[in-house]
Amino acid sequence: MDTRVASKKLGLKERYAAMTRGLGWETSYQPMDKVFPYDKYEGIKIHDWDKWQDPFRLTMDAYWKYQGEKEKKLYAVIEAFAQNNGQLGVADARYVNALKLFIQGVTPLEYYAHRGFAHVGRQFTGEGARVAAQMQSIDELRHYQTETHAISHYNKYFNGMHHSNHWFDRVWYLSVPKSFFEDACTGGPFEFLTAVSFSFEYVLTNLLFVPFMSGAAHNGDMSTVTFGFSAQSDESRHMTLGIECIKFLLEQDPDNVPIVQRWIDKWFWRGYRLLTLVAMMQDYMLPKRVMSWKEAWEMYAEENGGALFKDLARYGIREPAGWKQACEGKDHISHQAWNTFYNYNAAAPFHTWIPSDEEMAWLSEKYPTTFDKYYRPRLEFFREQQQAGNRFYNKTLPMLCTTCQIPMLFTEEGDASKICYRDSDYKAYKYHFCSDHCKSIFDHEPEKYVQSWLPVHQIYQGHCFPDGTDPTAEGFDPLMAVLKYYEMEVGRDNFDFEGSEDQKNFAMWKGEAPAQGEQK
Amino acid sequence: MSVVAIAPYEFTPRDVRENFPAPLLYIGWEDHLMFCAPFCLPLPPETPFGALSAAVLPGIYGYHPDFAKIDWAQAEWKKNGQPWTPDPAKSLAENGLVHKDAIRFRTPGLSGIKGSFS
Repeated sequence: MDTRVASKKLGLKERYAAMTRGLGWETSYQPMDKVFPYDKYEGIKIHDWDKWQDPFRLTMDAYWKYQGEKEKKLYAVIEAFAQNNGQLGVADARYVNALKLFIQGVTPLEYYAHRGFAHVGRQFTGEGARVAAQMQSIDELRHYQTETHAISHYNKYFNGMHHSNHWFDRVWYLSVPKSFFEDACTGGPFEFLTAVSFSFEYVLTNLLFVPFMSGAAHNGDMSTVTFGFSAQSDESRHMTLGIECIKFLLEQDPDNVPIVQRWIDKWFWRGYRLLTLVAMMQDYMLPKRVMSWKEAWEMYAEENGGALFKDLARYGIREPAGWKQACEGKDHISHQAWNTFYNYNAAAPFHTWIPSDEEMAWLSEKYPTTFDKYYRPRLEFFREQQQAGNRFYNKTLPMLCTTCQIPMLFTEEGDASKICYRDSDYKAYKYHFCSDHCKSIFDHEPEKYVQSWLPVHQIYQGHCFPDGTDPTAEGFDPLMAVLKYYEMEVGRDNFDFEGSEDQKNFAMWKGEAPAQGEQK
Repeated sequence: MSVVAIAPYEFTPRDVRENFPAPLLYIGWEDHLMFCAPFCLPLPPETPFGALSAAVLPGIYGYHPDFAKIDWAQAEWKKNGQPWTPDPAKSLAENGLVHKDAIRFRTPGLSGIKGSFS
């Protein structure tokens, strides 16, 4: 029988060391480079992985305990929300379209992040980085699940949420978030961390989460707010990982600086383009508005981000190449994006609408130099046409940017009357871009982006019709065939909010519910 | 520059000409951004250029009140960003258009809904 040894309780620090750094070893049967084939090829030089700092010092056992407790609270709220018919408490049924955008375009990214972090959590030779990435991988999977569960209650009552996973791989506008993450996941592990942990989570995440969560709070959606709270402590851990990993890379070797700078340039711009969807949600889709996109950009990007890049200057890092253009875009992109979805609302599984007079007055006030000049006239024209029974639906497919895959809707810096066109020639073909920065991302890695799955081109190649479709048959309607392939319910998931089933149902439910106070 | 990779990294572009029934042509109408982005259309190379204004563009831009006012003789064209004078009697191919070229036209005097470039 073994001798019993009195177990000594480890302090937090020793415990962290034992449960993370203590879990790794130098391989002897196989060379380390063969076991970890991905952590050198990007050109990043790491001399001492032990310098990797994990300020949270979280170990797996503690992680499970904390997450389990948060989970219990969250599911209690979701349950109560369902039992109390919480969906009737939202400001206006238009609000639910922000949730549709979330479940369609954001939730699947959590799953991609889960996969991406699981991959890099396997590939680093440093144990500290491996464990941090593994925990984030589990966080992201949990976010994917909790978001799905929180929103599934709305799916019982509203259209546009029933096939979000199917749509993510097919619907034209969802190729924007999808291609963003596939680009990151197919980079090396250090590029992935710079892309997702630093450029997205650290620099831009407040612009994604705060608008959605405070939007939910202002619009009576307690279920989503609770999800937000439940994810918040994870997000702060993710942000810390983002800044720590950048500092670590920069401190390890001066040769890392230009590589990291290029990644920051690329991923800031890709993330910024992705956030166009959030900008639009914030300015147009919340019946009760929180702040404008422009205000959010100024607060979270210009102020916080400006300070961050000043801080990183001592490592030789400057602000991202597209910074100035992104700041200029704050007056425009939300309006340009909403117009795009208004145009193509036959093919998008959520509703759009013309803002009310009051809402347009808010937009004029928030965007004093641009809204009345460029954007109000087209909205008013659309409204007149709609009232005359001639609602505009654009049925011709748009030209897309090869890099960000967004329709070419962005205008020239300093001239909102002109679409910005850029192109590059690569091996016998021409490629088109929405901006200098999307062009330079392509020019740096053309072999990657010549593979872009551009939804418009895929439709024209005949890949987006249900099996057995004959496009040469008489009376073939390509748009209807594409919507069938998307598995969208035409007339329920798409078209204007005005006259939609969501609008009618919500009014009916609210009308039939006893007025507040009568219940007692 | 090229992709940094652990193995040879070379793929056939997804959008080569052979993958489409006809070459793609991108078309934009300047100062009319009510149409949120330029369009992408597969058009047979033998299509006469003049057929664009007569048969193709009315279907995609006809909703706009300015469209009926266009004087096509005055229209100013650009091809891939450069000023360009197409011959309406010749085909798209004879006008030098190939797969994935981008053309745009400006219609002087017409600047969108209430002059807002919409």
